[in-house]
Amino acid sequence: MGSRLRYIVPVMAAACILCLARGSTHGKTGMSGSWLKNVPLHAGTRTNPYAQDQDALAAGAKLFQRHCSSCHGKDANGTGRVPPVHSVTVKSASPGALFWLLRNGLLRRGMPSWSRLPDEQRWQIVTYLQSIQDR
Amino acid sequence: MLVLAFAAPVSAADPPYFVTYTHHMEEPGALELALENLAGRPQAGERFLGSLLEVEYGVKGWWTTEFYFSGQGTRNDSTLFTGYRWENRFRPLMGEHWINPVLYVEFANLSGADKTMKEVVGFDSQFKQNTPNAEARVEKKREIETKLILSSNFKGWNLSENLIAEKNLANEPWEFGYAVGVARPLALKASPRPCRVCTENFRAGVEFYGGLGTRHEFGLRDTSHYVAPTVSLELPGGTTFQISPGFGITSASHRFLLRFGVAYELPGLGRYLRRLYR
Repeated sequence: MGSRLRYIVPVMAAACILCLARGSTHGKTGMSGSWLKNVPLHAGTRTNPYAQDQDALAAGAKLFQRHCSSCHGKDANGTGRVPPVHSVTVKSASPGALFWLLRNGLLRRGMPSWSRLPDEQRWQIVTYLQSIQDR
Repeated sequence: MLVLAFAAPVSAADPPYFVTYTHHMEEPGALELALENLAGRPQAGERFLGSLLEVEYGVKGWWTTEFYFSGQGTRNDSTLFTGYRWENRFRPLMGEHWINPVLYVEFANLSGADKTMKEVVGFDSQFKQNTPNAEARVEKKREIETKLILSSNFKGWNLSENLIAEKNLANEPWEFGYAVGVARPLALKASPRPCRVCTENFRAGVEFYGGLGTRHEFGLRDTSHYVAPTVSLELPGGTTFQISPGFGITSASHRFLLRFGVAYELPGLGRYLRRLYR
């Protein structure tokens, strides 16, 4: 039985080291300047399947109140040190970039990853976020 | 209590697992209170109910800490407090990947009477739970537990694998175990109307977990294993209800276990406390 462990322990250790090494690389790019600079090209050019969809807009508003408003405020104007969603950066971001931000978060700056939500619901939130930029 | 009264609730949208961990961390500054119960009956023993009070706090986006207080009640025996656990989870990768690792470290100070079965490791079996509480509580278990959590999300599905290594600090060998879970929401799109009991608020899945022996006897022989369908309903107010019937698939396993729980999430506790002491 000990012989099996001889293989399992090094494989698990190698997996951890690989993960940590990749994490440190990601961290270096993630800390410089605006998050928009970190959005990969293929992610930023994705289109929103629910753009201009009124049902998606209403669903996105509901999801924002449920998941985001506790930090960003019910009116999306921010609370305390949490920035408002009405901003030049968000306004200039493509739907794909906003979708990327919701999926990855900015963990070191306190923005959680919302990858736990299905893609469809994240796109619905993107529809809502873009709709409130012009208000 | 003042904090609970003024905080606005939030939804976590986590998969409905009881045993398996995912890479989803608690939101920074958010506090989750949960009560998890496990009802079971060993073949030659009395029915029991193990309970865990869970207090989970998001310290950073990549770091979650959690305290558990556990107890149990056994029919025709007694009800007692069985100890506490303190766990920390760290996410080494800051972005989302195909496979997302999380490193988990826990210290547990439990008595031998603990029946919460938060994880199954080594040669844990139903027969160990036949010991009367007065005798079992004498045994002290101070343990370090580590987990490598690997978790992925794909098209609404979550797939998580946990590799568990646990060491009783009283000069006992390392024990190993595993937990695997797969789950998804019943509806991927949210409806435009507010709703409480609708498909988008339900999550369903299945968990597999069991022991893998010890450092000296690694393998599946005489270990217990379970398959457990699980479902949760997450209400918009921040309350989540969960239930999971578990079925043992080896002779060392309980034939049937029922887990059920309720959780309530409070966001912004950290901000509130900072304001309070400013």
